[in-house]
Amino acid sequence: MKSSLIKSTVIFLGLFFLYFPILVLIFYSFNENKRVMVWKGFSLRWYNELFYNEQIIEAFIISIKIAALSATFATILGVMIGYSLVRIRKIPFKSFYIFLSSTPLVLPELILGLSLLLFFISLNNVIGFPSSRGQLTIFISHVTFCIAFVAIIIQARLTDFNKNIEEAAMDLGYNYSKVLYKITLPIILPSIIAGWLLAFTISLDDLVVASFTTGPGANTLPIVVFSKVRLGLSPEVNALSAILMFALIIIGLFYFYFNKKFKR
Amino acid sequence: MKNKLFEKYFVFSPYFWLVIFFFIPLAIIFKISISVSEWGMPPYQDIFLFDNGFKINTTFENYVYIFSDYYYIGSFINSLILALISTIFCLLIGFPLAFYIATSNIRLRNILLVLVVIPFWSSFLLRVYAWKIILQNNGILNVILLNLGITSEPLQLLYNQYAVIMGIVYTYLPLMILPLYGYLNKFDLNLIEASKDLGLNRFKTFFKVILPLSVPGIVAGSLLVFIPVVGEFIIPEMLGGSDRLYYGKILWEEFFVNRNWPGASALAFSGIIILVLPIVIFQILYSRWSQKNEI
Repeated sequence: MKSSLIKSTVIFLGLFFLYFPILVLIFYSFNENKRVMVWKGFSLRWYNELFYNEQIIEAFIISIKIAALSATFATILGVMIGYSLVRIRKIPFKSFYIFLSSTPLVLPELILGLSLLLFFISLNNVIGFPSSRGQLTIFISHVTFCIAFVAIIIQARLTDFNKNIEEAAMDLGYNYSKVLYKITLPIILPSIIAGWLLAFTISLDDLVVASFTTGPGANTLPIVVFSKVRLGLSPEVNALSAILMFALIIIGLFYFYFNKKFKR
Repeated sequence: MKNKLFEKYFVFSPYFWLVIFFFIPLAIIFKISISVSEWGMPPYQDIFLFDNGFKINTTFENYVYIFSDYYYIGSFINSLILALISTIFCLLIGFPLAFYIATSNIRLRNILLVLVVIPFWSSFLLRVYAWKIILQNNGILNVILLNLGITSEPLQLLYNQYAVIMGIVYTYLPLMILPLYGYLNKFDLNLIEASKDLGLNRFKTFFKVILPLSVPGIVAGSLLVFIPVVGEFIIPEMLGGSDRLYYGKILWEEFFVNRNWPGASALAFSGIIILVLPIVIFQILYSRWSQKNEI
């Protein structure tokens, strides 16, 4: 049929557009030549050199550490916001609460980064802390803008599920905290994991906010990569890209698995 | 009662965090944007002076400075135009994709949806970098064009505004497709059949039935693309040239290169007012409205 041909063509072209650059990147990561664009032959040379590149390895470890910690904090606080917005009626200045928990989603990263940097500088002038910027300040900044992403996932999940289950448990004699731990938490657990994975990826991938709030000894992976590819191409970054994209796509699949699990 | 304490703990822990690390920083941007700039560290004067009694020391000069210089307004307008063009392209590519995914059978639909969003999970920076490789003078696109005989010598595809638009459309496309799909998925496909049965041709069916029903999705997707693109810094920095300056770059340089903190803060705060505030007010009104209609 004519219309189904159009349909398959559109979907095929769309997917081709989305995956072509990723495949090109992976393809060139196997190029033996130091000049990235000139193909010399298949080789794993740059993967090998990557493992001996201390700057990249160190940045990778710092990034993973910050991402894991900030995702954990952001998840705890984000779950609290999601729960508050759906289940708790009395929130003082609720509009302000909604403003605080949703604006980081739409605020350009550049503005967020600048505001946090100026905040840390002012705070240091007033109370002498943080005396220098580094991993701690990046961690705080990442928690701040990851909270919102976790909050909407939890909010959506809590809005979906039937409140009667909680009320039934209360009627059966469970107290408030028992309902929370025995009923609500297990039901939203997949969404909590999904939220953590999303926050982890966002933190791992962030360049702009980290560039503003970084300091000596806190070069995260995106900062190092950006400094390498800002003006040109780097064969080591190609190899790193292939590995990182693969890892992140696996995380993405896990996210879908957890976020979908309890949706009808 | 015990659960009251519990609720307080739940509401106020994130409240506390966001007020300190999100609201106060925004307030500080505003404060510095109305401070008098001076040479020194920090490069601005306090807004409250206590030397000879209490005095408030503020100025709107930073805003005047920005809004009277075409260098700043021009780059802001460039960014708005860039965001508009990119949003339109995302919509033109994203709409048919979202529509055809939403009208596929249910198993295929989920697979396609995951396939569309998965690239979004791979690193943003590296996806932009991939376009740098593709658009090189001896890159894959030029090789194809040369071999097809479309051009006789390599085209300069990189470091101009078109490369920037390309990179933006590519990286932001999933943000457009997701909300579009969300709304298209909800509506009853029988409506399309019904309108055909009633004698409307394809063209009319699209404009009278499909398009009006997907307006909320179009608005949501467009906002998700438009707003961050205005503040986009990385993509113009990696793929763009010196042909056009954008808001993000100007803000960055005003702060890091010119060390004009009040000026940079005024730029940032203007960005918040022009871009973000309308959206936030809309969101709060919308959530109140939907809550009222539920009860």
